[in-house]
Amino acid sequence: MSRFGQSAVGRFLRGFGRFWYDFVVGDDPKIAAGAGTVLVFGALLVAGGRSGGAVVVLLAVLIGVAFTVSMLVDVARHRDG
Amino acid sequence: MSSADSALALAVFIAAVVEFVEALTIVLAIGISRGWRSTLVGVAAAVGALAVFTVIAGYSLATWLPEAALQLVVGALMLVFGLQWLRKAVLRSAGLKALHDEESEFRDTTEAARLAGTEQRLGLDWFAFVVSFKGVFLEGVEIVFIVITFGLSADNMPVAVASAVAAAFVVLAAGVAIHKPLTRVPENTLKYVVGLLLATFGTYWSIEGLGVFSDGAEPLSWPGGDFALPALVIFWLVLTRILAVGLRRRVAEPAESVPGGAR
Repeated sequence: MSRFGQSAVGRFLRGFGRFWYDFVVGDDPKIAAGAGTVLVFGALLVAGGRSGGAVVVLLAVLIGVAFTVSMLVDVARHRDG
Repeated sequence: MSSADSALALAVFIAAVVEFVEALTIVLAIGISRGWRSTLVGVAAAVGALAVFTVIAGYSLATWLPEAALQLVVGALMLVFGLQWLRKAVLRSAGLKALHDEESEFRDTTEAARLAGTEQRLGLDWFAFVVSFKGVFLEGVEIVFIVITFGLSADNMPVAVASAVAAAFVVLAAGVAIHKPLTRVPENTLKYVVGLLLATFGTYWSIEGLGVFSDGAEPLSWPGGDFALPALVIFWLVLTRILAVGLRRRVAEPAESVPGGAR
C-alpha cells in the first residue's frame, strides 16, 4: 500500500468516499447505474435539441424499465443461489 | 399552504419519523445498558456535527448551482435514494428480505453493548459515546439529505425544516413517554411510502433538471405541469405492486440469500 494510502488523510478520504458511496449507491449499484444511464441518455437527447413532453415521459418510463430490470436480476441471482 | 407544500411537508415528516425512530432505538439501547451520560454526550456531538454538515451542504448547493443543475443533481440523488428504498420495500413485500424490526434491533444493540469492553476516553464510556454518535449521525444525515433535497427543489426550505423538527418532537415525546423502542410504528409501510415519494419527486426533478443541457439551460416542462406528480406516484405505486406480486410468485426459497441486510 502507498504511503498516502496508509496516512491518516488517506484513511479519512477512503472512509469519506466509502461513506458517501454506501449512502447514495447503497447495497445495489445496479439501481444507480440504471438511473444514471437513463439520465445520461436524456442529457444527450436534450443537448441534441429534443426536449418536448414526449421525451420527458419516455425518460420516466425508461427509469421504470431500468428499475424493473434491476429487480429481475436480483431475483434471477436469488434463484441461482 | 398549497398542495405542493402539503406534499413536501408530508414527505419530509414521514421520512424523518422513520429515521428518528431508528436513531431512538439505538440511543435507548445504549443508554439503558451503558448509562445515559456518555450516550447523551454522543447524541449532542452528533447533533452538532449534523448542524455543521447541514449549513455547509445546504449553502454549497444553493449558492454554486444554477436552478436547472440544482434540480438535476438533487433530483438524481433523490431518485437513486428513493429507488433503493423501493427496492427494499419490494423485496420485503415479496418475502425476499426480512422485515425491519425495531424490537430485534433493540435486542441486538443491547446485547452488543453488554458484551463490549469498558474503555474510558476523555472521561466517557467510549463505546456508548461512539455508538450513539454514529447512530444519530448516520440516521441524521439521511434526514438532512431529505430536508435539503426536498427543500431546495421545492424552493421551500422552511416547510421542510419545520416538518423534520415536528417529526423529531413527536418521536422524542413518544420515546420519553414509553421509554422503549417504538415498535408500533408501521416502519416498513412508512419506508415504502417514503420510497414512493422520493422516487416520484426524484423522477420529476431530475428529468426537469436535464434542461440544463438545452440551449437556454431552462428546466424541461412536464406535460400537465405539477399534475404530473400524482401521475408519477401512481406509476411507481403500480409498478412496485406488480413487481412485488410477480417476484413473490417467481421465488420459492426464503429471504436470506438476497444481497443487502434487513435495514
